[in-house]
Order: sequence, then structure tokens, then C-alpha cells
Amino acid sequence: MNSAPSPREIFLAFARIGVTSFGGGLVAYLRDVLVTDKKWMDEEEFLGALEIGQTLPGLNSVNVAIIAGRKLAGPAGAIAAATGLILPGVILLLILGVLYQRFRHNPDVAAALAGVAAAAVGLLLQVTLKIGAKQFLNPRDLAFIVLTFVLVVFFRASLPAVLFLVAPFAIILCRPRKTTPSP
Amino acid sequence: MSDLVRILNVFCLLSLLAVGGGSAVLPEMERETVADHKWVTGEQFATIYSLGQMAPGPNMSMVALIGWQAAGTAGLLVALVAFYLPSSFLTYGASYVWDHFRGNPWRTAVQAGMAPVTIGLMLAGVHAVGKTAWINPEHSLRFNTTATLIGLAVTGILFAKRINPALLMLIGGAVGWFLLRGN
Repeated sequence: MNSAPSPREIFLAFARIGVTSFGGGLVAYLRDVLVTDKKWMDEEEFLGALEIGQTLPGLNSVNVAIIAGRKLAGPAGAIAAATGLILPGVILLLILGVLYQRFRHNPDVAAALAGVAAAAVGLLLQVTLKIGAKQFLNPRDLAFIVLTFVLVVFFRASLPAVLFLVAPFAIILCRPRKTTPSP
Repeated sequence: MSDLVRILNVFCLLSLLAVGGGSAVLPEMERETVADHKWVTGEQFATIYSLGQMAPGPNMSMVALIGWQAAGTAGLLVALVAFYLPSSFLTYGASYVWDHFRGNPWRTAVQAGMAPVTIGLMLAGVHAVGKTAWINPEHSLRFNTTATLIGLAVTGILFAKRINPALLMLIGGAVGWFLLRGN
């Protein structure tokens, strides 16, 4: 890194992702801009930021933007990065929302939107199956997947209940063993 | 006024509970915003979700449209800030002390234990949106069968081929307009 970029430059770089990242996959876009294009982070720093972003609550992409922005220009950089990433999509969503509000009773629009929604569920199912491929094939993990699903869908368990009652068990079962040598 | 406070409460909580990315909070978000507070109908929730998946940027900016439906422009701003700020603050602070936890064996345990719970929550998210978009009791059997087939086709295509999901959702909209009209 030669000279630290200004919050304005950071905002513009992230806004470019915010404008172009149709269809998701933001982490790949972030890597392209931060590591390859602008060289604001090296590969290892990026993976470190991603690790924090995935472990902590919040969206991975926004968390990575916060960490990268902070590293580049402190609090102003973090704000610039996150707003750059979020704002363009929100503006487009607002336009779509106004159009939706206006035309949702039109039968043509309603049918098209039903098709889009049906496709979106298919996308979420694919992402879930892909991310969980390893877990679905492991009996103990599969038991926790089914338990969580059944509790939420059939017993209407709240998210806090699942996270504070089920997750600790799952974590305890994966607890570090003394016998395992650390790498 | 009190609606804004409720929006603030709901989305702050979702922000801090959004472990493993955004999709894991979908079932809780659907319950809070549709059943509990009735800010949107199930159908609006499914549509807003799918618009959010199509728009560029982080996929959970859909909260802006829910806030907008609930309480206009102020609701939009409160929902956005409440959903993104708490987790971002946490990440900002944690990124200072993170290296301290590097190589801590419990971190791996948390990640391994949380994975199946996150997958279970995402699957419950498929149900939360799918019960409107795929198997809606208010629609005819033919409508639901067609919608489910559109969604499953998207799942299959995404497994077979690297293709931008936003494009597939547009195609889903076109197919929906063609097949779901007047059903």
C-alpha cells in the first residue's frame, strides 16, 4: 500500500461493487477490488477479514467492508466502505418497491413477480444445499439441521431460543480435544 | 412513533443474531414482520425477499422495503440503520482484538458447531418464503405446481451451470408471466 486512500476513494470503490453485483456473490467482488484491483489488502489480510466477517453476526460482505474501510482510513473509511456497498442497491430496491406498490394488482405484474419469487426460493434452496453439502452427509450435523428446522418450522421456536439452546450443544460436541495436537 | 421503536427493536435484534450470513435470520424476520407485527403480508414478504435477491449489493437490504411498508421513509431509514449498524459496530470493535483469538481451538469448535444450526435455519428460511411462493394455500394446485417447478428448475440449473442468479430470476419472472397468469 503506497498512500492511504481517502474516504471518497473508498466510497467510490465499494459503490462500484454496490452497483454491479447483481445476483450476489459479493465476497468474490470484494476480493477482486480490494486484493487484485486496488491492492489495498494482500490475500492473507483479506482472508483474515473474511474470517472475522463470517464468525461475527452480520452479513459477511458488510463486515469485510467495515474491516477493510477501517484499516484504510479509520472510522470514516469504515462508514464510506459500508455505505458505498449498501446504498446503490437500496436506491434500486426503493425504485422497485415504488413500482411494486403501484402495479402489484396488475395481473401481468403479479404473475411475473410470482415467477421471480418462485425462482428466488429455488436459489436459496440451492445455496443452502451447496453450503451445507458436508453437513448433510454427516449424521451428527444432519441431526442438528433437522432439529433446528423442526423447532423453527413446526414448534415456532424463536431465533434466540435456537441460538441459546441448540447452538451451545452443537458447539460443546465439537469442543477442542486435548489429545488433538494443534497445528 | 411507536412503530419506529418496534422496527428499531426487531431489526437490531436480527442484526446481532445474524450469524452465518443473512439468510439464517429469514425465518425469524418473516415471523416478526408478517405474523407478529403485520407490517407486510406473506406475499409481500416473498416478493420483497426476491427483489432483494435480484438487486445488487448485500442481499438483506430488503429490510429497507419492509421498513418502508411499515412506516414510510422514516421506517426505511430506521430498518436499514438498525439492521446494519449493531453488527457493524461489533465487527469494528472486534477487528482490533481479533488476533488475540487467532488459533484459539474454541473458535474452530464454534464454527463447526454453528454450521449445521445455520444450515437448519436457512432451510427454515426456504420454508418461510416457500410457503407463500411455492405452496400457497390461496393459490390453485396448478399455480403452486408451476411455481414449485420454476423454483426447482432454478435449483437444478444452478447446480449444473455457473450462471448469474439475477438472470435466472428474471427468466423465472418471464416464465411466471407466461404460465401463472389467471391462475
